[in-house]
Amino acid sequence: MDLAYYPGCTLKTRARNFEQSALAALAALGVNLVEMPRWNCCGTVYSLAEDDLVHHIAPVRNLALVKQAGQGKVVTLCAFCYNTLHRANLVMRDSPEKRTAITSFMDDVPAYAGEVQVAHLLQVLRDDIGWDKITARVRKPLKDVKIAAYYGCTLLRPQSAAIDSVERPTVLQDLVRALGGTAVDFPFATECCGAFQVVNNRDIVNERAKMIIGSAVRNGAGALAVSCPLCEYNLRQAQATLGQGNSGFTGLPLVYFTQLMALAFGLDPATCGFDQNSPQTQTWLRQQGLVS
Amino acid sequence: MRIELSSRKLRSEFVRKVVEISGQDLMLCYQCGKCSAGCPMGSAMDILPNQVLRLVQLGLEEDLAQTKTVWLCASCLTCTARCPKGVDLSRVMEAIRVLTLRKNRNYVEPSRMPPDAIADLPQIALVSGFRKLTS
Repeated sequence: MDLAYYPGCTLKTRARNFEQSALAALAALGVNLVEMPRWNCCGTVYSLAEDDLVHHIAPVRNLALVKQAGQGKVVTLCAFCYNTLHRANLVMRDSPEKRTAITSFMDDVPAYAGEVQVAHLLQVLRDDIGWDKITARVRKPLKDVKIAAYYGCTLLRPQSAAIDSVERPTVLQDLVRALGGTAVDFPFATECCGAFQVVNNRDIVNERAKMIIGSAVRNGAGALAVSCPLCEYNLRQAQATLGQGNSGFTGLPLVYFTQLMALAFGLDPATCGFDQNSPQTQTWLRQQGLVS
Repeated sequence: MRIELSSRKLRSEFVRKVVEISGQDLMLCYQCGKCSAGCPMGSAMDILPNQVLRLVQLGLEEDLAQTKTVWLCASCLTCTARCPKGVDLSRVMEAIRVLTLRKNRNYVEPSRMPPDAIADLPQIALVSGFRKLTS
């Protein structure tokens, strides 16, 4: 199965480990993620101002290019890209007046009215491939590995963009269990890490990270599965700060869910790009026997 | 806090613009505080999210301008998801931010950020941060 794939800016640079592991894990399932041509940055955040239509052009242009290529669906890995593309798509589908205004600013792509379906990879895994098929592909089950699933914001909010229950999602835990691991529930799974506030307020992000990671640790997690490159960065950089001195803060390894898939499928760890994860994560992977 | 109410403020251009840009009916809010209870940034704010909405309802633009709450909102949409009256507070926060940013006033000045911080931040942080906090 071939699926049109929209990478976004961070997966080509600071989260190459996310992309590489996803491509490898999906190939092992017989799914070929085909990078769409001529994509541009989606703008990362969906415009929340009713009169700010110009910022919808970046995501919509990508969707029009997917349509032009004859594809009915586009898959994203980055949670921010998913949210922005999905919500801009709803504007084009449901608001004729805004659609006309946005279209008048684009003359290099065909007319677009929300025909393409925007999906996050977790939806494809759950709805198109299915947990049974994923379990059947497992060669090295994540036996005795305790993983807390961390969703963050953009996969779940607002309701119109939610890939699962807004308040009590299970898709990431279901994936961990399908890979043979133990999913650990914790109450901060859907809490915000501070997001873009990191450009101006690292202290606040560090406080958020302490609460999120501390809660996962107290509930017995050995690692945190993540799906958003901004969450991953914020929690990783915060741990580097919080771990200094005698605070008693021990931190938690962070892994993209696609890295867990590649490992459980028995693929070469080189496909996971672990050099972009933290040293703590790399140590944990060796201790768990997931990487030799 | 002592506040002065007037029909002039209640019907001010500021209130009209916030309603127009946010697309929200501000008078739906009955101040239950559920937005503030769930706000991940609440402890760092000087006034709580429900208080921001109250100040806009009353047209108290100057009082609002002295607080930093809208600039600490991370647009996580927890308030939006939980409001029992269906008010999208994240859009009200955005409207108040853009009314300042459209006067060419940056809240964060990229040229004054340390070069090593910019080099360390991933694109997703820089693009979203500058989209939200610069004009």
